[in-house]
Amino acid sequence: MSAAVKITGLSKSYRHIRVLDRVSFNVEKGELFGLIGPDGAGKSTLYKILATLLTPDSGEARICGLDVVRDYKRLRTHIGYMPERFSLYQDLTVMENLNFFASLFGVTVKENYDLIAPVFSQLEKFPNRMAGALSGGMKQKLALSCALIHRPDILLLDEPTTGVDAVSRSEFWDMLSTLKENGMTIMVSTSYMDEATRCERIAMINNGKILAVDSPTALVENLDENLYNAVGGDMFGLLSRLKTLRGVVDCYTFGATLHLVADKNFSADETVGLLRNSGLPDVRIYPAIGNIEDLFIKEIRNGK
Amino acid sequence: MAILNSLIKKEAYHILRDKRTMIITLMMPLVLLLLFGFAISTEVNDVRVVAIVDRHTDETRDIVERLSVNPYISFKGLASSSEVDKILGTGYADAAVFIKNNDGNPVSQIIVDASNTVVAQASTGYIRSIISGSSSVAPTLTQTLYNPQLKSAYNFVPGIMGMIFILICAIMTSVSLVREKENGTMDLLLVSPVKPATIITGKLIPYFILSCVILFVMLTIAYTVLGLPVSSRIIDVVVISLIYILLSLSIGLLVSAIVNTQLTALIVSAVAFMLPVIMLSGMIFPIDNMPTVLQWLSGIIPARWYTQAMRKLMVQQLDLGYVLQEVVILLSMTVLILAIALKKFNTK
Repeated sequence: MSAAVKITGLSKSYRHIRVLDRVSFNVEKGELFGLIGPDGAGKSTLYKILATLLTPDSGEARICGLDVVRDYKRLRTHIGYMPERFSLYQDLTVMENLNFFASLFGVTVKENYDLIAPVFSQLEKFPNRMAGALSGGMKQKLALSCALIHRPDILLLDEPTTGVDAVSRSEFWDMLSTLKENGMTIMVSTSYMDEATRCERIAMINNGKILAVDSPTALVENLDENLYNAVGGDMFGLLSRLKTLRGVVDCYTFGATLHLVADKNFSADETVGLLRNSGLPDVRIYPAIGNIEDLFIKEIRNGK
Repeated sequence: MAILNSLIKKEAYHILRDKRTMIITLMMPLVLLLLFGFAISTEVNDVRVVAIVDRHTDETRDIVERLSVNPYISFKGLASSSEVDKILGTGYADAAVFIKNNDGNPVSQIIVDASNTVVAQASTGYIRSIISGSSSVAPTLTQTLYNPQLKSAYNFVPGIMGMIFILICAIMTSVSLVREKENGTMDLLLVSPVKPATIITGKLIPYFILSCVILFVMLTIAYTVLGLPVSSRIIDVVVISLIYILLSLSIGLLVSAIVNTQLTALIVSAVAFMLPVIMLSGMIFPIDNMPTVLQWLSGIIPARWYTQAMRKLMVQQLDLGYVLQEVVILLSMTVLILAIALKKFNTK
C-alpha cells in the first residue's frame, strides 16, 4: 500500500510560538486515520497546511504524491477539506450550499450523488431549509456532503464532531466507516479521546509534537502501567491525599473515579487501610484497564 | 465562467435575503438626498422684518412696499422705535429696519437678531439689496451663475453621492468578504481550484450592479425631485460615477484584506471613510476655508475629487475637458488601491 499522506519533519511557528514541531507520519490509502490531541495541540494548523492554506516553515508534506506547497493547485481537487467549524453559507438553503460547492469544482450534484447518498439521505427531506436553521448534527452532515461532492481522494476532517450531540457523533462515525469501506482515505482529528477507538490508526499530538502513532489497541497494550481505580466519598480529599503517598506515580480524575498510576511496590490493600485510618473511611481501590486517555496523560508526564 | 456565475448567484442570494441591509442600502440614498435637498438647507427664507419709519414720504413708502412683496421676506408691518427691543427680543421678527428722512433722502439702519448668524447675515444682505434698489446711487449688479436661486440641493447632491458610494460600496464589500473569513467559508473557497481573482470578481460584480441601481435612483431623484438641470453631460456623470464606484469597491476590498472581523471592518470603514468624507471632501465645509494641512489631507480623499467633478458636470454643466484632472486622479487612485488590495488578498 502506498501512502496517501506522507508528512516528514513538518514545522510551523507563529511569531515565536512553535505550533508544529518536526511532525512526521504517514496515512495509508483507504485508511481511517485519527489525529488525537487536546485543544491547542496544533491539529488545525496541520490541517491548514495539508489543505494548502498555510505554508510550513520547514519539512514536507505530500498528499497523493503531490507536494502541498509546490503542487498546491493540482492538489486542491484531490482533497475534501472540512474546517473546524461547519463552514456553510447560513443564508443559503441546503441544496444551494451543495450546488454551490459542486460548481466550484466544476461538477454537478447529480453525477456524484452516489458518493454523498449515505450522508445526505437525512437532509433530503428539507432541501429548502436555510443552512443556518439546521441542528448541529445536520450542519455537520451537510458540511461533510459539501466536502465530498467533488469526489476527493482524501477527506481532511478537522474536529468534525465538536459541538455535536452524542447520537449524531456516533452516527457520524458510522458514516465515516461506510465511506472508508467504499475506499475513501479519511484523516480525522478530534479532541474526544473516546473517539480514538473508531479509527484504524491514530497519531497522538500535543504541543505540536507527535507522541505516538499506532492502532488504538496496540497503543493501549503498550501502556504498561500499574493502573488502579480509586473511589471514595470525598473525591477531592482523596485525590490530594493520594498524590502525597509513596508508590503513587500519578493520580487524576477519570470520569466518576480517580485513576491511580502506581509503581511496582504499590499495594492496594495497604493503601486502603492507610487511608481508612486517616479519615477517609469509604475508600475503595481496584485495578483498572487503561485507555487512550491514560496513555495521553502518561506521554505528557514523560515528556516533561 | 460557470464558476463565476455561481459565485455571483450566491452573492446575490446573500444580498437579497438580507432584507434589513437591503432596505437600508436603498433607503439611505433616498433619505439623505431628500433630507439635504429639502430639510437641511443653508438658504434663508421667510425673514421676518418690521420697519420703523419716522416720517412717511414717497421714498419710504416705496421701500416698505418692496419689503412687503419680496418672496424671501415676510413683512410684519410697521412698528414704533420704542418697540424694537421687545420685537427682536421676543423673536417676533428677525430684523428691524429704521428708515429716517434726511432732508428728503431716506437713510436706513438695519438692526438684526444675530443669535443665528446664518439668518442674520442672509437677512442683512436681502434687506440691504432691497433698500439700495431705491437709492439714486447705481446699484451693484450681481449675477449668480449655475445656481441662480442659490438652491442648497445643487451644492449637496454631488457631495451626498460621493458619500453614499463610499459608504455602500466600501462597507458592504468589506463586511461581506470579512464575513466569509469569520465563518471559515473563505477557507473553503480558497481550498477549491477557483482562482483568487475569480473569487474577488464574483464578489465585486454583484455590489457593482447594486451600486449602479443606487446611482440610477440618485440621479433620478436629483433631476426630478430636486430639479437639478438635466444636461447633455449625463453620460460623463455616469462614467465618472462608475469609476468612483469601482474605486470605492477597491477600498472595501483593501479593508477586507487588512481586518479580520466584520465589526472592525464596519468601524474602519465608517471612521476612516465616512468622517473624512463628510468633513474634508468639501461636501459641507468649503475646502478653501480649511487650514493648509487639512487642504492637503483632503487631496487624498477620493470623495473630494468626485464631488468636485460632479459639481462641475451637474451644476456648472461644463464638459469633460474641465474635469480631466479629477478623472485622472480618480483613475490612478483606483488602479493603485486595486493593485494593493489584490496583492494583499493573494498573499493570504
